Amino acid sequence: MDLTELYQSVILENNRRPRNYRKLPEANRIASGNNPVCGDEITVFVQLDGDRIADISFQGAGCAISQASASVMTQRLKGRTLAEAETLFGRFKEIVTEGKPDDEDLDLSAFAGVHQFPARIKCATLGWHAAINAVHGDSVTASTE
Amino acid sequence: MKPSIDASAPDWAALRDDFPILGQSVHGHPLVYFDNGATTQKPRVVIESLVHYYEHDNANVHRGVHELSFRATTAYEAARTRVAEFIHAASSDEIVFTRGTTEGLNLIAYTFTSRLKPGDAILVTEMEHHSNLVPWQLLAKRTGARLLFVPVTGDDGLLDLSGIEGLLAQNVKLFAFPQVSNTLGTINPAQELCARARAHGAVSVVDAAQSAGHMPVDVQALGCDFLAFSGHKMAGPTGIGVLYGRLKLLEEMDPFQSGGDMIASVQYDHSTWNKVPHKFEAGTPHIAGAVGLHAALDYLDAIGRPAIAAHDSQLARDAYARLAEVPGIRLFGPSGERGGLVCFGLAGAHAHDVVTFADQEGIALRGGHHCTQPLWHKLGIAATTRASFYLYNTPAEVDRLIGVIHRAAKFFG
Ligand SMILES: Cc1ncc(COP(=O)(O)O)c(C=O)c1O
Repeated sequence: MDLTELYQSVILENNRRPRNYRKLPEANRIASGNNPVCGDEITVFVQLDGDRIADISFQGAGCAISQASASVMTQRLKGRTLAEAETLFGRFKEIVTEGKPDDEDLDLSAFAGVHQFPARIKCATLGWHAAINAVHGDSVTASTE
Repeated sequence: MKPSIDASAPDWAALRDDFPILGQSVHGHPLVYFDNGATTQKPRVVIESLVHYYEHDNANVHRGVHELSFRATTAYEAARTRVAEFIHAASSDEIVFTRGTTEGLNLIAYTFTSRLKPGDAILVTEMEHHSNLVPWQLLAKRTGARLLFVPVTGDDGLLDLSGIEGLLAQNVKLFAFPQVSNTLGTINPAQELCARARAHGAVSVVDAAQSAGHMPVDVQALGCDFLAFSGHKMAGPTGIGVLYGRLKLLEEMDPFQSGGDMIASVQYDHSTWNKVPHKFEAGTPHIAGAVGLHAALDYLDAIGRPAIAAHDSQLARDAYARLAEVPGIRLFGPSGERGGLVCFGLAGAHAHDVVTFADQEGIALRGGHHCTQPLWHKLGIAATTRASFYLYNTPAEVDRLIGVIHRAAKFFG
């Protein structure tokens, strides 16, 4: 297994320069996620307009996989409806658990290598879980355990 | 039961052959096992002792009069005697078999519920493993006692003892601390700490999880009241551990768990307790585990604990000095005298990524908070990478560690 299959350039790049990494003053939904095994923590801020995600951002500390995944997640979810967000998360879960890339979504597909590292799947889904909790108005802390 | 080398001059590289698991490759590279702080590997003599026990002597202990039960009981009690000798306890009655360090510490915390009251205090350090912190948090909650902390100086990971007399004077009834920190590698002055506790009438509890298999431990020289450790961190099986307790204290204490084996007589409405240590060993114990631990202690002593301590510490000091040259590294724990482990953070590379990176080269490291979350919070870093060494590790393996950390720093940096 070549490490560059796990750490695709999309991942390394999003880890070095995470997008939408900030607090969102207009946020009306906030949720946190943490991984008690490694101490990774992510907070996702959502500005929900009706059933549309008008804006979304995150902050936190964690490994390259969790940071890059959260960064890509915010880019993909911005402007989506809740139903679209759920569908995207479902597709992303398939990519990281089964390694099936999605030719139409190269950024999400960059995480396909994760499926060969089962211990790291939780890292990839941490920010997504927090985002889904946030849009459902669920203010409890998402946990990968 | 002798290792395959001359005990006067251990041939460390040859000792590796005593450990069947170390012969394998991981991801196409010869395995380098540097996660000994979590659990150590087992030599063939320990594995064979388990097989021998189950193939020849297996029966329940203390309850049968047939031949196998006699043999199993003899083997189990011989292990207890061997443990007493290993840590220089005054009597084998002071040796309680447990599942491990965690259970030993919980045993004390649970039974001390009736001995503490509001206004009393429990003293621990800022470098505790969660196992030596959470049981005391719960004890404090149950009894209304306060939980106090001996501070850690900073990244150099020493206990700041400047205010300890003032702390102990605050009605401290129990002082618990690690002999060796599992994340900083600090070797604490256990003898001095026990003496200070005693001078204030406090009971001392030594968490010896990271020391018992790495250096000579003498409970009488330490002057401790309790000392807990785990077999699996010292070449023994999982699921077996030891709580040493001073006889008088053990006799005064209430039982922990209750059921079979721990009773003297049982009537429908009340019971009387068996004598120590059996009072604290309810139910069928891990007999095979005790047998395996016995074999592990023999193995370690045939090599010599002073030699093991020097070996592990040398690897750790070398690794510390050479890791210091990696760009962006932040090293934790004392730069001089230290136990056999090194913890570090790498700017731009999270611990989990470093661990995955090293794993691809067959090097097993540990990344995360290592069960000392409050300490990392204090030091302002969420996760670190740890390399922890044991008797079968070699300088050539440390070379591979240094190489992979340089490569990881470049890859993620
Ligand atoms: C310092 C220290 N204390 C306690 C423990 C707990 O040991 P166990 O999990 O074997 O009960 C550990 C193990 O990680 C440790 O390193």
